[in-house]
Order: sequence, then structure tokens, then C-alpha cells
Amino acid sequence: MATTAAAKRSFWEFIWDYLTTVDHKKIAHLYLAGGGFFFILGGIEALIIRIQLIKPENDFISAGFYNEMITMHGTTMIFLAAMPIIVGLMNAIMPLQIGARDVAFPFLNALSFWLFFFGGLLLNLSFLFGGAPDAGWTSYASLSMDSSGHGIDYYIAGLQIAGAGTLMTGINFIATIVTMRAPGMTYMRMPLFTWTTFVTSVLILFAFPPLTINLFLLMFDRMFGTAFFNVALGGNQVIYQHLFWIFGHPEVYILILPMFGVFSEIFATFSRKRLFGYTAMVFATMLIAFLGFMVWAHHMFTVGLGPVANAIFAVGTMAIAVPTGIKIFNWLLTMWGGQVTINSAMLWALGFIPTFTIGGMTGVMLGSNVADYQYHDSYFVVGHFHYVIVGGSVFGIFAALHYWWPKMFGRVLNETLGKLTFWPFFIGVHLTFFVQHLLGLMGMPRRYWVFLEDQSLDLGNLISTIGAFLMGVGAIIFVINIIVSAFGEKAAADPWDGRTLEWAVSSPAPYYNFAQLPLVRGLDPLWIEKMEGNGKIPAAEPLGDVHMPNGSIIPFLMSIGFFISGFGFIYQTDNVYWYLALYGGLAFSIALMIIRSVKDDYGYYIPKEELEKALEGEAK
Amino acid sequence: MKDWLSKFRALVLFGIVALVLSACGRENLTALDPKGYGAEVSLKLILLTTIVMTSVFLVVIILLIIVLVRFRRKKGEPLKNVPQVEGSKTLEAIWTIIPIILVGIMAVPTVVATFQLADTSDKDEHININVTGYQYWWHFEYENEEIATSQDMYIPVNKKVYVNLISNDVLHSFWVPSISGKLDVNPENVNTMFIQAYEEGVYFGKCAELCGPSHSLMDFKVVVVSEEEYEQWVNDMKSFNSQELELDAVAAEGRDLFEEKGCVACHATDSQNFVPGQKPIGPDLTQFADRSRIAGILHPTEENLYKWLKDPESVKPGNKMTGAYPELSDEEIEKISAYLMQLSPSEVTAASKE
Repeated sequence: MATTAAAKRSFWEFIWDYLTTVDHKKIAHLYLAGGGFFFILGGIEALIIRIQLIKPENDFISAGFYNEMITMHGTTMIFLAAMPIIVGLMNAIMPLQIGARDVAFPFLNALSFWLFFFGGLLLNLSFLFGGAPDAGWTSYASLSMDSSGHGIDYYIAGLQIAGAGTLMTGINFIATIVTMRAPGMTYMRMPLFTWTTFVTSVLILFAFPPLTINLFLLMFDRMFGTAFFNVALGGNQVIYQHLFWIFGHPEVYILILPMFGVFSEIFATFSRKRLFGYTAMVFATMLIAFLGFMVWAHHMFTVGLGPVANAIFAVGTMAIAVPTGIKIFNWLLTMWGGQVTINSAMLWALGFIPTFTIGGMTGVMLGSNVADYQYHDSYFVVGHFHYVIVGGSVFGIFAALHYWWPKMFGRVLNETLGKLTFWPFFIGVHLTFFVQHLLGLMGMPRRYWVFLEDQSLDLGNLISTIGAFLMGVGAIIFVINIIVSAFGEKAAADPWDGRTLEWAVSSPAPYYNFAQLPLVRGLDPLWIEKMEGNGKIPAAEPLGDVHMPNGSIIPFLMSIGFFISGFGFIYQTDNVYWYLALYGGLAFSIALMIIRSVKDDYGYYIPKEELEKALEGEAK
Repeated sequence: MKDWLSKFRALVLFGIVALVLSACGRENLTALDPKGYGAEVSLKLILLTTIVMTSVFLVVIILLIIVLVRFRRKKGEPLKNVPQVEGSKTLEAIWTIIPIILVGIMAVPTVVATFQLADTSDKDEHININVTGYQYWWHFEYENEEIATSQDMYIPVNKKVYVNLISNDVLHSFWVPSISGKLDVNPENVNTMFIQAYEEGVYFGKCAELCGPSHSLMDFKVVVVSEEEYEQWVNDMKSFNSQELELDAVAAEGRDLFEEKGCVACHATDSQNFVPGQKPIGPDLTQFADRSRIAGILHPTEENLYKWLKDPESVKPGNKMTGAYPELSDEEIEKISAYLMQLSPSEVTAASKE
């Protein structure tokens, strides 16, 4: 009896700890759990879509629900699964890689997570309250204005709240990398993952405001009677498309660039060789990011922008192939002459190369606007972007999880199960998405609830559905792996013979990361110390008290305020009493902001003695 | 075990063969077997970019295989330290310059083709069809001819035809894969492109921009006929008068019901009262009996027409006809159907080309 009471208390303590944490490593856990949950949700939605398309003129689900499924699958996977998991990985690893004790603004970091979480929750609650958004993840203005019910309003409110969190994360990471690098960690000594985190954060900083503006304009049109996109009143919906893709194209680089960083780390580590052409890799990343802002209109080749605009954006799009090609060849040459160990993490990285190359190939093909007149909005595009996002981002996420799992959770994932995850998933991806290119060219537009009989589209769709289920099998095995590994052996500090700073601290890292800030002597600092020193990173400061931020429940509560006001915005068009929720929620959040601003929080110090004790323990 | 394996192999082989055979898709729907100018130009660029990019892909794959064969750590092989190579200026220059050249090879024909397809300077010398997209059907008004049709668009073979696209509600996209690439149907401006079909036949048209629940059912047909047949068809359409049709008793009652039940408020049945530029509320039914499909998707049988008139929602979810007319008894449906099946102005029909 007494033991259960103790267990119960510790459970609530555990929950409270996570609700109030500002530690980047715990926030990473939250992001991974939240993103993982939405990934499963988005996966189920994908399988429902594929079941509907298993045979011609199927009636597994209704047309309206199908549109909700495609919308929520896309929105969930991009905003609520891929991005949060990636932000989680950045949170977990980037501060360790630059030798920092946390991010620049730990409180803001917690707020970012809770805003994402409640934004995602709000969006998905639409399923329970009258129907989810149904105008596609792009939610193009003419259709989203035409859509009845509150689905689109949930889309607006949910993404606005989650997007604010993402924007703060971008600012936070930029500040962290600019100001908090350990002594000796110059920009050109930063690991590629940190570099891509940095560049991605800049992308977030510039890409999310257009989305915010677009969502506001749509909200004004739907809820407050303006006419930005209302053609009957002189509005123009092409503007929505421009604003959406000025955000939307950099967004796909937000999803892929961090993964380029992950693969760079993995190829170098498991080839026991430094990254080939480090400088070129850094500049290629920046070039891709820059060009990423210059090519948005290739999503609009069929809008009728005219030959000049189309030609310029076509050439610009093709140009992105150059820096991306540099990266692929540099990775291959990183392995060349090395000693390549193939384990689960490496398997995902190796699988990435052909898969992503096909995605890049079709990307260049889509860049030719005249060819795109045929591809556009057909299954060819669906095949292309899944090759890029699954073959790039999702493979990258799996690779990163296998690679950094020991550092994040203190356990090594099971190798056998890791390989069993990879093969069905890898085969499934190619089965599902390769035929989709052909389906598109054979005349199947995307977002089709049914395809008709006697149009020679049956076999391709059947293969695609079978592949999707194989991917599902892979994903389930991964979940089993997580559970099995939780009871497995504890991880060593450096299980992979790593090269970068995160492997110099214990697994999982202590809550203060580094008892003494490390001194960095070059690129791949741990490898340098292994080769030239005693394998230990030298300290850049004498052992002393370490300043730490206090935890706080305010980020959680503040996000609840926005969550409530989100409902207010959605339903105020039905009933004025909802203004109470709108203003009440906002007032609550603003009050908490004032409290946070007025009340000084100096944090606390970890006494030197505790750190000494920990260091002694480690030495033993 | 072996038996199972050979069966599996046979199955895989069969699958691959079936895939290759069907890889080109259905005739007059697929973009891979072009029968029009735009589709032909697009396919050339599709093939060019595919060949260039596939060669790059092969280089990557060959390199990857060599790396894995040569440098993979064998089982039980001890870890060793390898030389830490920083990079190679020459190699990196090579894989920067070669892709730039490849991009040039693809970009130049793309730009040339873009301007070719966008050249609409001779618009006034050719047939112009004003196309309006509606949730979930298409309307075709023939400029200077004072006729209109819905769902089936007739054009002469080997003639340049200009389509001027606009939407009456939300975004749509006009796509006839075998004849030409697509162009969006915007609500705020007219988009113009020309199409030119090389062979007579009935071509599948699709809406390619999500426009609501029945987006996937917003099909239309392009009926390509000979030049003489086209002239004949236009004249037949012009002279057709549904009030002067000689009908049997049932169909005549159907015509009265068509007015009584208010169908006529939305649907035209001939071009006698044609007003240029006037947007109809519902599809034009002038040549309903000649259509290749009912509601764009159902084969033109009596059962299907019954199904559509009885409960259009079950055929096209979210369509605007549901609830817009009084409920019809089976008898009334039968009469109206009999009338609609008499709306056949011409001998030039979709069926004659299929």
C-alpha cells in the first residue's frame, strides 16, 4: 500500500516535472513524444486514404470525409509530426554539439513546445466538433472560403498557435548558436547538424511570417467579412497562393536541411572519416536555403502567371539541383576510403541516398514548367514529394533516432529490430510512391476521392496501397523496438566512437550538460582529442558553481490561454458569447506575460561540490 | 519452401510484366501517348529531363555500390583509423560544373517551349471556346457561334482551338492529358491557351485542382471530329429547337414536366434563347442524349439517368442540384428521362467517335 502511494506520488512528480521543465533535453522528449503521437495519427489517416483508393470507385469513406483525411494527413505530417520531431532532435543535440548548457531562452523553448502541442490539439479536436478542415493542406483561398462548417477555422486557429511556437523556436536557436558556442567553437568548426539547425532557423524566421499573414487574411475573410480573397468583392485568390508558397517552399527545406545535417554526422561517424568537403557542404546548405526563397512560383506554373515568370522560376528551380548534387557526391566521397560500418542508423542513411536522389530527380523534372503542365496536381507530384519528404525527412528522422537514441534516452535501440524496421519501410516507400509517378502521367490527378473504372489506374493504385501497409508494418516494429529497448542495456557515453561534443558527455547527458564548458580545438573535437589527446575534451573554465534556469508552469498555462481564445475565434461567428472565450483566453495569456515580465527569476546555482561529486562518479 | 519461392517469383514476374504493359495507361487519357500539340511538347521535355536525370541517378547508384563493396567493414574486422581527407577542390569543381551544364541542357528547351506555348497572338483567327468551370461540371460556349454545350466539348481535328477559362465559383484546373497540359481555371481572370488534337476520338478531361467533395467526379470529354463533321455539328446545334421536337406521348409529358418542375429555370435545352456571355445556372442539356456520360461520369443508360434524377447526391456529393428541385415520382422521372433522351440535335455524337 505504502509503495503504491509512493509510486503514485512520483508519477505525479514526473508529470509536473515535464509540465514545468525548461531543460532542452526534456523539451526534446516532449517534442518527440508529441510529434510521434501525431505521426501515428497522420499515418493512420494515410492508410485510410490508401484503403479508399485500393480499387476503383470504392466507397470505404465518403467524399467529404476523404477530403478531411487528405487535408489532415498533410497538415498533421508536416506541421505536427515532421517539424516537431525535427525541432525535438535539434533541441536534444544542438546545445550539446556547441558545448552549451541550454538554449539561449529556456523559458521560450518551453513556451514553443506548449504552443505547438495545444495548436495541434486544437486542430485535431475539429474531428470531434463538427468536421475537420477539408480544403487540402494548402487550403487555397477560393475553396477554403467556400467550405462550410468550422473545419477551416480550426485549421487557421490551430496553425496560427502552433506556428507562433515554431517561429519562437527559430529565434531561440539562432540566438543560441550565435551567442552560446563554447570557447574555440568557431562557426567553421560547428558540426553540420548544428549548421543546418542554424540555417533552418533562419528559414523559419523568414518563412513563417508570410504564413501567419496569410492565415490572418483568411481569418479576416472568413470571420470578419473582409474581402482579400473574395473575388465577388474584388479580392484576388492568387495572392493567397503566392503567400502560401513563399512560406511553403522554404518549408520543405525546413524539413530537409536538418536531415542533411543528420546524414552528414552519420556518414562521417560510421565511415570513421571526417566529412568530405566540409566547407562546400556548409555553403551548399546556405545556397539551398537562399534559392529556396526564390522558387516558390514553381508551385504555380499552371496558374497563368505568363511565360516570363514561368521561365524564370523554372530555371531557378533547376539550379537548386547543383548544390544538392554537391551534397550527395560529398557524402559518397565521405564514405570513400573510410571503414563503413552498417548498422540501423547507417542503413537509413544509405537508403536515403537512392530514395532522395529519385526525389531530387523528379524535382528537377518538375522544374521544367512545360513538363509540369502535365505533372502538376497529378499523382506524379504526390510521388515526388513523398520521395523527398519520406525519403529525406522521415528516413532522416529514423536515422537520427537510431543514432542519438542513446544520448537522448540512455538506451541503445535494438539492432535486429532496427533492421526489421528499415526493410519493410524502405520497400514499402518505393512500392507506394514509385508507381504514383506513373499514375500521374496516366492521367490521375491528386486529391481524388475515387478513380473511375476502366481507366487503367487499378493496378498502380493496388500496388501503392500494399506498399503503404508495408510502411505501416515498419513503423509498428519501430514502436516495438522502443518498448523492448527501454528494458535493454544502458548506453555508454560514446557507443559509436563518435566525433562531436555530444558524445563527450554521459548518456543521457546530465541536466547541466557540461560541468565545465569544453575547449574546442577544431572540427570534430572529440575525434581530435581521441587522436591527439587523451580522448577527453579539455575544460575551458575552472570548476565552479553553474547557473541554471528555474522551471516554470507559466508556458503551459499561457498556451492554454491561447488554446481557449482559439475556440473563441472559431465560434464567435455563431454566438457572441464566444467572445468571452476569445478575450478571456487572451487576457489570461497576457496577464501571464505581465507576471513573467515583472517577476524577476534569477534561476539557481548548482554548487561546485555537486559537480565534483558527479565528475568523480564518472571517473569511476 | 522451394515451391513457395518459385510461386512467389512467378507472381513478382507477372506483376512486373503487367505493370509494364499497363504503364502507358488508357488510350485518350494518358499523357504518355500524346495526341495533341501541347501534350507532345510536354512529353518531349518529360523524356529529355528523365534521360538526363536518370543518367545522374545511375552515376550516384554506381558510386554507392562501389563504396559499399570496397569500403564496407566486414564482420569481425577490427576498427581501424583511416586517413582523414579534407576534400578535393578538383572533384568538387567537377560535380559543380557538370550539373550546371546539365541544367543548361534542360533549361534552354524548357524556356523555348514555354514561350511557344504561350504565344496567343493568332487567337482571333481561330475557334474560341469560352470555358466556365462550375462545382462540378464544365460549360463550353462557342464564341461567334451562338451555341453552348456542357460536359462534352466538340472540336475539329488538326485545328488550333483557343480555350478561354474562367471559374464561376472556386478554383478548378482544365486538363486533357492526351491533348495538352493543364491550365488553372481561376475565378478572377480569364486564362487562355490553345489546344490542337491530332486524331479524332473522345478524350478524357479532368479537373486537376481540389474543388470540393466531388472534385474527382468533375470529368468532361473532348470530342474531336473531322472538320466537316464539326461544321455539321455547329449547324445542327444552332437549328435545334426542343419545342418543335416531334415527341411521343410519354416524352411530350416529360417536356411539360421539365417546365412544371422548374428544371427549365437552370437548364437550357437548345440555343434558341442564347445570350452570349450569359452564365447558366445548371448544365446546358441541348445535346443531352448525345453525351458520352451522364453527369460527366455515368454511362448513358436509363438506370443511370434514373439514379441521377432520383438522388444526385449519391452520384456527386456536394453537387448544387440536390434539393434544388421538387422530389420526383418514379413515373415523373420516367417521363422526364424519355424527354431528355430525345435531346439529340446531331448525328455527330460522342458515341460515333468512341
